[in-house]
Amino acid sequence: MRLESLYQEIILDHYRHPHHAGLREPFDAEVRHVNPVCGDEVTLRVTLKDSDAGPVVADISYDALGCSISQASASVLSDLVIGRPVSEGMRLHDEFLALMQSQGEGEPDEDVLGDAVAFAGVSRYPARIKCALLAWMAWKDATVQAMGEHEPA
Amino acid sequence: MTLDVARIRKDFPILERTVHDGVPLIYLDSANTSQKPRQVLDAMADFYERHNANIHRATHQLGEEATQAYEGARARLAAFIGAAEPAEVVFAKNISEAINLVAYAMGNATAAGHRGRFALGPGDEIVISEMEHHSNIVPWQLLCQRTGATLRWFGVTADGRLDTSGIDGLITERTKLVALAHQSNVLGTVNPIRALADRVHAAGALLLVDAAQSVPQMPVDVAALGADFLGFTGHKMCGPTGIGVLWGRRELLEEMPPFLGGGEMIETVWMERSTYAPPPHKFEAGTMPIAQAVGLAAAADYLSEVGRDAIAEHEHGLVAHALAALAGLDGLRILGPAEPVDRGAAVSFTVEGVHPHDVSQVLDSRGIAVRAGHHCAWPLHRAMGVQASTRASFYLYNTHEEVDALAAGIAEAQRFFGTGGR
Repeated sequence: MRLESLYQEIILDHYRHPHHAGLREPFDAEVRHVNPVCGDEVTLRVTLKDSDAGPVVADISYDALGCSISQASASVLSDLVIGRPVSEGMRLHDEFLALMQSQGEGEPDEDVLGDAVAFAGVSRYPARIKCALLAWMAWKDATVQAMGEHEPA
Repeated sequence: MTLDVARIRKDFPILERTVHDGVPLIYLDSANTSQKPRQVLDAMADFYERHNANIHRATHQLGEEATQAYEGARARLAAFIGAAEPAEVVFAKNISEAINLVAYAMGNATAAGHRGRFALGPGDEIVISEMEHHSNIVPWQLLCQRTGATLRWFGVTADGRLDTSGIDGLITERTKLVALAHQSNVLGTVNPIRALADRVHAAGALLLVDAAQSVPQMPVDVAALGADFLGFTGHKMCGPTGIGVLWGRRELLEEMPPFLGGGEMIETVWMERSTYAPPPHKFEAGTMPIAQAVGLAAAADYLSEVGRDAIAEHEHGLVAHALAALAGLDGLRILGPAEPVDRGAAVSFTVEGVHPHDVSQVLDSRGIAVRAGHHCAWPLHRAMGVQASTRASFYLYNTHEEVDALAAGIAEAQRFFGTGGR
């Protein structure tokens, strides 16, 4: 096994220097997700703003306790999704989920997934897929809650 | 008596295999599940190939042979742990089921309005400890929820020993049952069960011992230990999965109501009610894992033949070596006793700046199998102030070279993740 196939340099970079880390105010929804296998956890906040094209992700802030994969994933997720319409974020979520379920056979589009393509190798390691998905699941959960707050009166 | 590791390793076919395209396997995850010697695999294959039938009910030669094999396995396991008689040995799926058996039987005694030591109510207390495996925590939480009893627990000292400083306030006339690990699956700590048993009995309570980690590794004698119940699991002691043991003192098993109802556990059945078989069969509903019981007895025979004192001594040497080797690594913190005194062969640790998952992934790339996470002991990790740890656990087939490989692998993880080390 080549460690570098799992731990690509992009992942290690995000792990050592996570983007958008820390919990910020104000926020529309906050969730705490746990990986019961290892006890890793992420507390994640989402702030939305309205636009003509529907709600947009204004900010994602988080406090992640976990391995390199889960921390890097939270960093990449926030890079990718902040500033995008929620609908696009959800599409990215689905793309990333499909990549993680691809058992190493996925051919991710870098134009779509950006740095998240570095996680393709993780899909070969069933024990680590949850690590990569933890922040994404938390983001989706928080966003759905925040959307409830933002529903037009 | 010393142990010939090279000869022992030949009994375990899996130790010859490689992983990740040619890296020799270094298996340091025996506290999770042990590997199985050929003697155990052969005993199970022989049962299926030559004697397979259901037990206690088949009126033919194979049925008699199968019954003899199953009940013979019970007798050998009774001897293995110093039980007064085979009837004190109840087969269960694993130790989780063994502990649940007692917890649910107590719940059933309560629901049926029994008086006496198995019935619980508000004001009664169950005492456990913070170093327990989830399987010795959750069943008691559930029992307390069902009965209104209160769950209390011993804490853990900073160096990973049972904190008995508050024992006078903890074990009282309100205590009905105390359930403790003989040996912690995370810290390796061996608890002073004998001394605690006297305190528990002086308070009129019962003592249940979770011996999942101790029975595989050292001679355990239930009478000498002073326990009332003791559970262990087959797959951690060179036996198959799907089989474990609840040992209980005969009078307690007689008095305790059943847990699972079904075939073979009855004496008479009417539409309105039933009476039950005497122990141990009262607690063995349905067709049991027969070949697994045969395999477990073969495992007990195997450990006895190697010598349980010799196994304990070998593991003591390995854990002393591991503690010394790991202590030499910067940024490494060992959870649990730093000295190999009253300590089994599991070493859990954290590496500063490298998450346990990442440590274990680097070790795996070098063929070294360990466990990462909270090891089903989340409250203990919280008490030790860590979120998770990496655990290496040794058994009779491990070598000192493998301990060195572990230390080198951890240093490589530190290098890979850029957190120093030397």
